[in-house]
Amino acid sequence: MMKTTQTEPTIVVEDVSLSLGAVDVLDGVSLSADRGEFLGLVGPNGAGKTTLLRTLNGVFEPDEGVVSLDGERIDRLDSRAVARRVATVPQDTSVAFDFAVEDVVRMGRTPYRSRTDIVADDTDRDAVEDALARTEMLDLRDRPITEVSGGERQRAYVARALAQDTPALVLDEPTASLDINHQVRVLELIAELVASGTTAVAAIHDLDLAARYCDRLALLADGRLQAVGDPETVLTDDHLQPAFDTRTAVTPDAVTGAPNVTAITDPARDRDTHVHVLGSGATAARVLTKLWQAGFDVTVGPLASGDTALSVARELDVEAIETPPLSGPDEGALTDAHEHCREARATVLADPVLGPDEHVLDLAEASERSILIERRPLAERNRAGDEARRRYRNLESDAIGASVHGLVPAIVEATAAQAVPADD
Amino acid sequence: MRFGTRLLSWMIGLLAALFAVVVVSAAIGPVALDLPTVAKATLNAIGVPAGLGVGLGESAILGVTIPSPTVDVSYAYPFAFDVPGTAETIVRQVRLPRIALGAVVGFALASAGAVMQGFFRNPMADPSIIGVSSGAALGAVATIAFPVAMPLGLQTAAFVGALVAAFVVYTIATENGRTPVATLLLAGVAVQTFLGAVISYTLLQSGESLDRAVFWLMGHLNNSTWAEVEVTLPLALVTFLGLLTYSQDLNVLMLGEEDAQTVGIPVERTKRILLALSSIVTAAAVAVAGVIGFVGLIVPHVMRLLVGPDHRILLPTSALAGATFLVATDTVARSGPAELPVGIVTAALGAPFFLYLLRRREVHEL
Repeated sequence: MMKTTQTEPTIVVEDVSLSLGAVDVLDGVSLSADRGEFLGLVGPNGAGKTTLLRTLNGVFEPDEGVVSLDGERIDRLDSRAVARRVATVPQDTSVAFDFAVEDVVRMGRTPYRSRTDIVADDTDRDAVEDALARTEMLDLRDRPITEVSGGERQRAYVARALAQDTPALVLDEPTASLDINHQVRVLELIAELVASGTTAVAAIHDLDLAARYCDRLALLADGRLQAVGDPETVLTDDHLQPAFDTRTAVTPDAVTGAPNVTAITDPARDRDTHVHVLGSGATAARVLTKLWQAGFDVTVGPLASGDTALSVARELDVEAIETPPLSGPDEGALTDAHEHCREARATVLADPVLGPDEHVLDLAEASERSILIERRPLAERNRAGDEARRRYRNLESDAIGASVHGLVPAIVEATAAQAVPADD
Repeated sequence: MRFGTRLLSWMIGLLAALFAVVVVSAAIGPVALDLPTVAKATLNAIGVPAGLGVGLGESAILGVTIPSPTVDVSYAYPFAFDVPGTAETIVRQVRLPRIALGAVVGFALASAGAVMQGFFRNPMADPSIIGVSSGAALGAVATIAFPVAMPLGLQTAAFVGALVAAFVVYTIATENGRTPVATLLLAGVAVQTFLGAVISYTLLQSGESLDRAVFWLMGHLNNSTWAEVEVTLPLALVTFLGLLTYSQDLNVLMLGEEDAQTVGIPVERTKRILLALSSIVTAAAVAVAGVIGFVGLIVPHVMRLLVGPDHRILLPTSALAGATFLVATDTVARSGPAELPVGIVTAALGAPFFLYLLRRREVHEL
């Protein structure tokens, strides 16, 4: 399960338990982080992530178990010695007093300075310069920390941690209050430090970011470790569903390839209204999720292997007709799809692409009722020709147009209209 | 060295301001004296401790004379200007003791205030917040109501009362070795309220000495003696230097206690030391001058606006500014048609100024 390496891990947590008041916040947690490793702590709110981090930097002393830094038991070190081994980037970096950025960074030198030394010495100044340079904060050094942006303040605290010159770094939600650009910049910075040998442990509640930047993830829930390992092995619905108490869909990210986790609410519906989905890619994926959450009995296909919509369908346990990529759907697949389209109370055409064999049009024409979602102009989607275009226009005039957002009400309305004459 | 120069220029400027205020103050009084004479006489009065001797003296407590050790300090006087005898006597024996004591008290209250505001991360904190002033007041009022024959008996009682009150507040607020500042603040308020009740009751029982007790409570510097200065000044200086060595720890503490811990500050121990030192320095001031409000609150505030939050510079500049401020306000207090307790003047001048700052800028953000 865990990586085995020759060197001794920088941080070792052995069977740590901790209660705060009457609550057992940590219950027998064992974990280690190697030199040059970026370990992410993930888990729901109240799982004990922050508490675990606080046992790593000596703020909390565990009731049971031992935390070691660089081979030394933390409970046998004084606070200066701990601060020379592990630096912390806190979750809340809001400051009430307007210290200059440089002053805050210099505070990282606290474990090295002597009490009577009022003016910082040369090694301190070098360490502060270096930290400011590596975090690209040189230009902001004289600005009051109260006046820089949230992302810059976070970088200033990372700079302070750098100035502390420790083998290990603990970060509590380093990106929680940042916009997407600064989230990535802060995490890139940490990844760089890790590449140069620092050991980083970070609580990150954004699972996608955690998966993208961390070497390993540790999933914590109810104070217990649920899973540890590569992001791909930890971020699975089997692990996430009990931890977060919700269904999740894990799909590879289109850009980074890292696992992408989407929480989905699991409605207790009968799923007695059958809706079939035609189309592919991101729009079809969104439509699937939407319909599934609204409680429809959803089917989809044909979908080529590797399509985003197909992985979403797998996560949702939605019946999907899969075909090999590039070659187009085979006879069997088309027969199945025809059956679905005929049986379904409605067929949703999710921004459909008209391929050379025009099977989408065949299927749509076989449907009882079509609902059309268009996101791109037809010209971009038509790979068949003018005849296909004519058929599509016919279809368009019969179909009900809808947006992804307004899809569910559109289907409810359409199926209700069908149901009324049947009842009479 | 940017920081060093900044600190030095502030210190030189404030020392010059203090000296100027002292000289002007010493020139004001029933007998008019010209400034150059006063300046020379003031310089003549500056004594530097040159020798230390421990002897055996006697002190009378509750009418019983008991032997007790005394510390004899000999002073060297580096200046010897030629000044007319009367002027020298007026400046040195009549006016300077009061001015010097005012300076020491202002110095002490403002430095303790700067530390407390940083410590509590709260702009409303001042030295009396942990019960020091109430404790001192009870000690003083009790001694006035039920006199004890002892040299500096009132001051000693006030000093002891202050430290006992601070210690009680600290003990109440401490659980499992941790002293949360919020608890400390609330415990301080509760103990102050309780002591206030005891003080009121003692005042009711004080009979003829009620006037003196009320006057003491208002904060005053009249009838100051060199003896008081000689006890208070060294105490204030030593504790101040102690606090100064903690100025960087205070800076870090302002970012939050947990944060301070993670950069290597032993938080609870540091808090204990800071509380003890600032209680001592406040107690020393309150014991000799009564409860003088607002010096410890507004002087550090104003200095923070001017020099920034760095305690390495905030602490010494606040201390000197506090000294200057109290000497100036006491001069106002004693130069009116009827002499006022200086506490009235500091509050009457300080409160509107504070409100002005509050309306005008950042104080409400702190």
